[in-house]
Order: sequence, then C-alpha cells, then structure tokens
Amino acid sequence: MSITDTKPQLEGAKTVTVNIFRYDPATTDKPHYDSWQVPIIGSMTVLDLLFHLLEHEDGSLAFRYACREAICGSCALYVNGSYRLACKTQLKDLKAPEINISPLPHLKVIKDLVVDMDPFWEKYERIKPYLITRDEPPEKEFLQDPAARLKMDDMVDCILCGACYSGCPTVWTDPDYLGPAALVKMNRFTVDTRDQGNKERTKLFDNEHGVWRCHTIFNCVEACPKDINQTYSIQHLKRRAVARRFGGK
Amino acid sequence: MPSMYHQVVIVGGGLAALRAAIEAKDAGLDVAVFTRVHPVRSHSVAAQGGVNGALANAESARDDTIEKHAFDTVKGSDFLADQPAAITMTADAPRRIIEMEHWGCPFSRTGEGKIAQRPFGGAGYPRTCYAADKTGHALLHTMYEQTVKRDIKVYEEWSVLSLVVENGVCRGVIALDLRDGDIHPVGADAVIFGTGGTGRVYGRSTNSIIVTGAGMAIAYRAGVPLKDLEFIQFHPTSLFGNNVLITEAARGEGGYLRNANGDRFMEKYAPKAMELGPRDIVARSIQTEINEGRGFPGGYVHLDLTHLGAQKILERLPAIRDISINFVGVDPIEKPIPIQPGQHYTMGGIDTDVNGATALKGFYAAGECACVSVHGANRLGGNSLLETIVFGQRAGANASQYVKGNGRGRPGEELLRERLHEVRGRWERLRAADGPEDPAAIRDEMKATMIEKVGIFRDAEKMTDALQTVKRLQERYKKVHVNYRGRRFNLDLLRTFELGMKLDLAEIIARGALDRKESRGSHARTDYKERDDANWLKHTMAHYTPDGPRFDYKPVEITKWQPEARRY
Repeated sequence: MSITDTKPQLEGAKTVTVNIFRYDPATTDKPHYDSWQVPIIGSMTVLDLLFHLLEHEDGSLAFRYACREAICGSCALYVNGSYRLACKTQLKDLKAPEINISPLPHLKVIKDLVVDMDPFWEKYERIKPYLITRDEPPEKEFLQDPAARLKMDDMVDCILCGACYSGCPTVWTDPDYLGPAALVKMNRFTVDTRDQGNKERTKLFDNEHGVWRCHTIFNCVEACPKDINQTYSIQHLKRRAVARRFGGK
Repeated sequence: MPSMYHQVVIVGGGLAALRAAIEAKDAGLDVAVFTRVHPVRSHSVAAQGGVNGALANAESARDDTIEKHAFDTVKGSDFLADQPAAITMTADAPRRIIEMEHWGCPFSRTGEGKIAQRPFGGAGYPRTCYAADKTGHALLHTMYEQTVKRDIKVYEEWSVLSLVVENGVCRGVIALDLRDGDIHPVGADAVIFGTGGTGRVYGRSTNSIIVTGAGMAIAYRAGVPLKDLEFIQFHPTSLFGNNVLITEAARGEGGYLRNANGDRFMEKYAPKAMELGPRDIVARSIQTEINEGRGFPGGYVHLDLTHLGAQKILERLPAIRDISINFVGVDPIEKPIPIQPGQHYTMGGIDTDVNGATALKGFYAAGECACVSVHGANRLGGNSLLETIVFGQRAGANASQYVKGNGRGRPGEELLRERLHEVRGRWERLRAADGPEDPAAIRDEMKATMIEKVGIFRDAEKMTDALQTVKRLQERYKKVHVNYRGRRFNLDLLRTFELGMKLDLAEIIARGALDRKESRGSHARTDYKERDDANWLKHTMAHYTPDGPRFDYKPVEITKWQPEARRY
C-alpha cells in the first residue's frame, strides 16, 4: 500500500467487503455506509485500507492518522464491533467476510470517521493534568524510587485515543462525567511521588461527576488498545476519596 | 471584522514547537499554536530511545562532561556540525532535561532514584536518559500538560500554507482550517516553526505520515535558505515490511545484529563500538551485508535480543516488543527481529543560529525543521529530542525578546488581504485542477526514486537520474488533478498541495547531494569514497528562485576540534 511503499499485488488476492460510515453534516445526505470490495494483501492494516480508498477510490473520505505505529492515538475507530486503532489492525486478523468501519461511537461526527474530541479534551483539561508542586524543586532531578516509578507504568502509557471514553456507558448518560482517560491521568499524578496536588485534585474527582459514577462495567478496559486498566485507576481514586473522608491524607 | 492576530504564532505541535510556546507565554506574550494534528499526535511522540545529556547518573559515566558530549556530537557529525552550536546544545542539555523531570516526565530511574541513562551509538558514556522505550511519548505528553497548565491557545487541525512577509519582515501566516476548509490570515509579531522533518519525501521511512517537510518548503518559498538538506539519516533498524522504528536502545541494551549466516558482522565495520557505532556506519554496514548477499531474502538482517532475557526486554523495551509482535508476529524474547535500514531523520533544514533566528526578521525555527547545525552530516541517537527542548526554549526566548523590543503589533489589513488573496488563489486553482496526472502516482514515484537513488549509497549516475525524475514529476505535478473538491476535511486536496512542496524538497536534496563530491556522514558516495575537507568542509545553502534552487556554501565553524578520521 502507499503508506508502506509496497505496491498492491491485486491479481489473485483474496477480497473482502468493506463498509465504511459516511456522513458530512454540512450536506443534506443522511448518514450511511459505502461499500467496496478490496483485496487483502499481506499485512495490510485498516489504515492502509483507508489510504488505498482515499487515493484510488474516493478522495472525499475523511479520517485521522499520523504515526501508523500505535503511539500517537489519532486513529481509534470502531471496527467489527470492537474499538481498535486502525494502524495496528490487520485485515487478515479480523477473520471476517465483511469489515464494518465506524467512527468512535457516542461522539459528534465532524465528517465520516472524524469525530469531535472536544468534550474528551475538555475533561482532560478539567482535572489539572500536570504535576503540581509547592516546594522549590531540587537543583537536580527529584529522586524517585524505581518501584514508585513502576506504579505509574500503565497509566503513563495512555495515548489519549478516546476509545475508553467513547465506550463508557456512564459517559453516554452523564455528559459531565470525567470518563476513564481523564481519571487515569488523575491517578497517574495521584500516585506520582513528586506531586503535591492531592488536596485540590480530590475535589475534582470526589464529586457527582467523578469517580462515583463509575459502575465498574469494564468497557474501558476492553476498549483500550494499550492494555491499560482504567478501572483499577478509578477504584484506586475511590479508595483515596474514602480514606480522605475518614481523615487520611 | 479584523483578521486574527497573536503576538507569537507557533507552527507545529511537537516538542520544539510547544517548548517555544511555553517560553513565549512565560515571557508574558499572547501566544497561539497552529498545528495540523492535535499536539500529542505530533511525530515527537514516536521517539523511543531517549534524550542525551551529560548528567553522569550511570555508574560507568561518573566522569562524563558536557564537553565530551559535544565532542561525540561533532565527531558523529563527521565534523560538519558547527562546534559552538554543539557546545551550546550539550551545555543546555542537563538543565532542559531536569526541567522536563521537574514538570513530571516519567523517566525510568536508577537504583538511587535518579534519571536512568543508557548507552547509545557513537557516545562515549551511557548518557541517554530514557522512559523505557517510549521517551518521546513521555516527553511530549509532559510538554503538552505544561501548555494546558499555561492555558496556551491551540488551533488544532490547522495547516499553515504560507508566511506573510512585508519588506523583509515576517508578519504572520496564512493558514487553512482543515475542518471547514476556510483559509485565514493570521497576523503576528514573530512566527516560530517547529514543523518537523521531510521524511515522507522518501520511501521506506520510519516517520509519521504527517512528516511532509511542509514547514521547510514554506520557509524556502519565503526566501529563507535551507541548509545541508542532502544529509538524510537512515536508521539502521526499521522493521522489515513497514519500516516502523525499532529503537537504537535495543542495541544500547545489548542487542546483536546478525546476517543470514548468523555472524555479528559489525566486527568487520566497527570492531570497537560494534552494534553501537554511529547510525551512518551501522546502516551502511547492514546495507553492505544485504547487497553482498548475506542478508535474508527480501533484503533484511536480524536484530537479535533473545540473549537479553524476558525481564530486561519487558522492562526496558516493551514497546518495540509490542510493535514486533503486532506487525510481523515475532516475539523478540524468543526470535530475532527482521530489520532493514529506513529513512529516519533530516539533518538539514531551515538555516538558523543558536537562537532559532533565520535570515528573515521575525521568523524563527527549532527542532528537526531547523538546521543550527548541531547534527552536521550524521546525527547521534538521542540528540534529536535534546535539540527540540534546547532550541525550542532558545527560539521561544529569543523571539519573545524580539517582540518586546521590535514588535510592530497588528499588521495592516491590506497586507494580510493581499497575501490571503494570493494563497487562496493557488489553493482554489488546485481545488479545481482536473489534469490527467494522478497525485498518488507522482507521490509513489518520488518516494521510490529518492530511496533507491538518493539513499544510503549514492553515485553520480543514480543521482542524475533521480534529479531528472524529480524534475519530470514537477512537470507532471503541474497537470495534476484532485479527486475531491469539497471544502471540509479535504485530505485529498491538502495532501496534493503538500506533494508540490515535497517535490521542491526532493529537488534540493538530490541537487545538493549530486553537487557534493565527497563522502561525509550519511552522504556516502561510491564514486567519491573519501571525505574531502579541503573542498567540502562547508554547509550547502539552497535559495529559492522561480527557476529552481540556487546553491552556495557557507563555512563550518570549527573552534575546538580539528577534523580527524572517524574510527569506532
């Protein structure tokens, strides 16, 4: 495919039917799916497929992309009923006669597979997503025990792709709910030994649109393409909130 | 309604751009970031191995110094780096890295709790600070957090198309809002580019698909010279098949390179440094093994980590393990990873001084789009993340000082309208283009030509051929068509517009390379095998003219270390 510089060997390749969600709110067209028969070539990914269609079939197709290696978080989509990064999903691994590709559900569509992520970012910003320190920092780095660093490990892997947020039933019903990604970010700072912002952070997650809204449905964990355990982080914040109410720190 | 205006307009959302934005915001100025993708999607996020600084944290690095770091950088550059610039970068390194740590960057740690440092190619000591093998991700997310903290305005999914210049002074940009397809003039007192490299001019690139070189091409068209663009880094280890980067840290942590006979062939090419030679030498060694028939069918060799053990791989190299399993079905704990060299980095770029200033007043550049020059003919691994945080800060500080002393305030509406009219005219002509030529075919041929003929090994015949092909593609581009004429999120049109800029850069790379009759760093000619300091110890400068680039040369600043043979 064009992005991997391997010319497609179309003849004799196995083909599959691909149905892609199409919608441009600026036009009068209703949301619908367009279908194509496409060859499955080698390790072709969903992102390769989208570029193939953009360049050779339909220049109007809109989707997001950047790194094509599962680290930038641009291309989270809903493919055959699962949340997936387009760039790391190979067509042959879907093992399905038809492939259905939709934008992240429950977010406003800007065009085709591009959704409005503003509510997601607004919540990210709301939780003060940065290290808070009060004391003058040391001349050199803060010392941090490797074991303490390890506690942040899966939380700092988040690529902010929005899959967990899109998949969370509480987000669907409470538009003010912070959602899994923001709460993971919150917990990442809560467990960071360098951070001194717990007091102001607690107010941000210990409220009616905060951690208590999580009903441990685990959709976020299932949706996450980076294998992050969002529910663990949320439960950790709940324990912290309870401890605080009983006079802990 | 008056046009948009910010005192400092930052273009790009990666590390250099955001670091510059933070500096200008902290200087009390009105700052806005214009970026083609959300900042955390920028290519900085994909950096893996680490960031260099002589912190001397590792047990075996106690006598490391910033001077040794500078010397390694200069030697790595094959003596084409400007030595005062290399010294500036390495001297700023510790404080910039510590600052990132104070801002919360989740670095990996030594047993004592300090920032962990690992060995990297061409470096005398373990001085590459890391966060597992996701250092770019850790740094970029931290940097973005700091921009959120400062409430810096970000225009997301805006693509800058042109600079606004008035009487030799930069006065803003013309930018496309990708979501509605409108083009707007944006006035500014200073513009800072942190727009990244030109990787996607080449096939077999490790770079993000958004690394188009557009920023460089826009500056060039505005009359700012591009420097040393023929120096393109090929990373030794990109995944065979899709050329995703496999970090140098894999070798820093002890990985071996083996050919199809199972031999650790680096002992022939760099007997002391072995796999940790600098990138130009290791990439050439791999390509030589492949060319001489000791690679595997299809053209790759093995990166063998199996002897490192599961624990080390899981702790230090988890991301490349995931990449390898996911894309080629190989778990590096059990089997070697198939790798080949891939285009990775643009050493050259917009000509700047150590403060990011360019020949155009009010216009600054930092990071991969700039050429200070600190990397010369070959960049050391771990020095690109460093460059972004050092020169992003310096460009931000210097631009802020300029604005405070010489800021001219809101530019005249007439100027902005005039420039808007011109850029919108070009854009609309392309939007209506219905010629016979297919942009995807031109793009594919450009990429294939550049990797095959202006790649790791070069000669006059191949490069002449490449240059002719690029010129032919430029002619075909004039007769191109677009497939979609809508305004909203028109990727087809934007990518076709960018293709024109890529072709500008491809021509400059090929011409600069053809003219440079020597081998130096990443520029390896089979017809001029030796470095020629008498004639070519100088920077290539490409200037825009309507008839194609005009070239001249600029001396290299050699203040401390005389050029010597590079042995590793």
